[in-house]
Amino acid sequence: MKILTLVRQVPDAEARVKVSGDRVDLDGTTLVIDGMDEYGVEEALRLREAGGVEEIVALAVGPKKVEDALRTALAMGVDRAIHIETDERFDAVSLSKIVAQIAGSEGSDLILLGGQEADWDSQALGAASAERLGWPQLTWTNELKVEGDTLTGRHDVDDGNEGFKVALPAVVTAQQGLNEPRYPTLPNIMKAKKKELRKDDVGSFGVQPAVEYLGAEIQTRARLNKMIDGKDPQAAAEQLLDLLRNEAKVLA
Amino acid sequence: MILVVAEHMGGKLAKATLEMVTAARDSGREGPITLLVLGQDVAGIASEAAAVADQVLVGDLPALAQYNPEVWAAAVAQIATEGEASTVLIGGSRSGREYAPRVAVKLDAPYLEDVIKLSAEGDALQAQRYTYLARVTETVQASGPVVVATVKPGGFAPAAAASAAGEQYDIELDLPTPRTEITGKNVEKTSRVALSEAEVIVTGGRGVGSPENFAQYVEGLADNIGAGVGATRAVVDAGWRPYAEQVGQTGKTVQPKAYIALGVSGAVQHLSGMGKSKNIIAINKDAEAPIFKVADYGIVGDVNLIVPALIAASKK
Repeated sequence: MKILTLVRQVPDAEARVKVSGDRVDLDGTTLVIDGMDEYGVEEALRLREAGGVEEIVALAVGPKKVEDALRTALAMGVDRAIHIETDERFDAVSLSKIVAQIAGSEGSDLILLGGQEADWDSQALGAASAERLGWPQLTWTNELKVEGDTLTGRHDVDDGNEGFKVALPAVVTAQQGLNEPRYPTLPNIMKAKKKELRKDDVGSFGVQPAVEYLGAEIQTRARLNKMIDGKDPQAAAEQLLDLLRNEAKVLA
Repeated sequence: MILVVAEHMGGKLAKATLEMVTAARDSGREGPITLLVLGQDVAGIASEAAAVADQVLVGDLPALAQYNPEVWAAAVAQIATEGEASTVLIGGSRSGREYAPRVAVKLDAPYLEDVIKLSAEGDALQAQRYTYLARVTETVQASGPVVVATVKPGGFAPAAAASAAGEQYDIELDLPTPRTEITGKNVEKTSRVALSEAEVIVTGGRGVGSPENFAQYVEGLADNIGAGVGATRAVVDAGWRPYAEQVGQTGKTVQPKAYIALGVSGAVQHLSGMGKSKNIIAINKDAEAPIFKVADYGIVGDVNLIVPALIAASKK
């Protein structure tokens, strides 16, 4: 089995996000591999350790600095990486055309990626790629096993969770709970520098974005910030209830 | 037409459907607002839907008893094509956001995801949506013969009934056989109001202290005031509470009238799931907890002392 893992680079969750003009400004922001994608990379490595995985390839589409996220994946243990360098922002449905072409040329049987992007808050890439390839998809997966060409596992749905069984090829999106991603060790970081990081020309895929980005702003809702001293619990509780009933009018 | 795929649960139309009807009315797109009801034994839901729509298309089939992304995508794409839909609106639930991209690919349509505002700009559909863990509001735009969008729960006000009930039509669907076998389902049932429908939510974090305290204080207060119960990721990871209660980046996104956070520090991942609530109330003994920065009302104090007082006082 050949696994394709998709990797994105996003601001560190604790980093402050700022907007300059009408764009999110990432200058000086610490960028990391998307934590949700990291679960996908880790799961690929674990499936290989369990046997039956021939090769793991990581794919990233984005600006030059996305190389760092791919190097992290390589240092974790991915065999080789493909970087499609572009400053253009592709919406997930357009991007899935590139993913499908790469999955086809690489002969991938399983695509692993994060369930939601920490920068564009999108959950669409896995599903869109699955549709383009004519594959089934499992989203929000927190348990995964491969036996021969059958995937079994468990994933979250609207009203709970369910066990599943599906034949490969398939797309699986990962989330918290699936595994605990490993930290790359120093020797593996050194080794990763020698691994193949192929550059593909974005133009060769013939894909145009279908969604136009017009602007970004940070809307902060003005909060009342009314603070009540909790030293006297009884008085504090009475005062809060009074405010919720008579000022905010949210309780009867 | 504007095709709106109705969300329903427990045999009833979900609030998300009424919100999507508002989004459809706001969108300024051409054609009648058409609700598509998919499922089995959905006649009651279809009648409810008729009250808010110009017309209702009903796919009431045994093959639709169980949700499957490929089946749903095929059904919606087929109806959108046959009805020459200009716009397809799908609920921003976990399942909605799972099959909507498939619909967009099938229709070769642009996809606007989890939108909180929609408007027509000439031939284009313009939308706002949150990005960067809901800290940034982006404006995006797409055009084409048909555009697919998912609508964020709580992003629009629920629509009131239309002046006249819409006509209902049964539809025929050509559906694929699901390739994914469901081998067992755990439905996380709650006797309380669902988080997506709740007007008031009481959420507990690690600061509550223990699973026993959670039951006594968080559930105790929620039951007293008729609220839904939420939990932070830390509490779910610790095994105190089921995942279904988790609010935040990897859990549910909520926007209630009042969000009462007990012993919640306010990590970015949590704020991304509840930061748009109309009123935020925080009780935490750490005065420096980030949750207070977004709170309308806050008490710096011990949850284990203040919440019992709150429960007693709210009983009066």
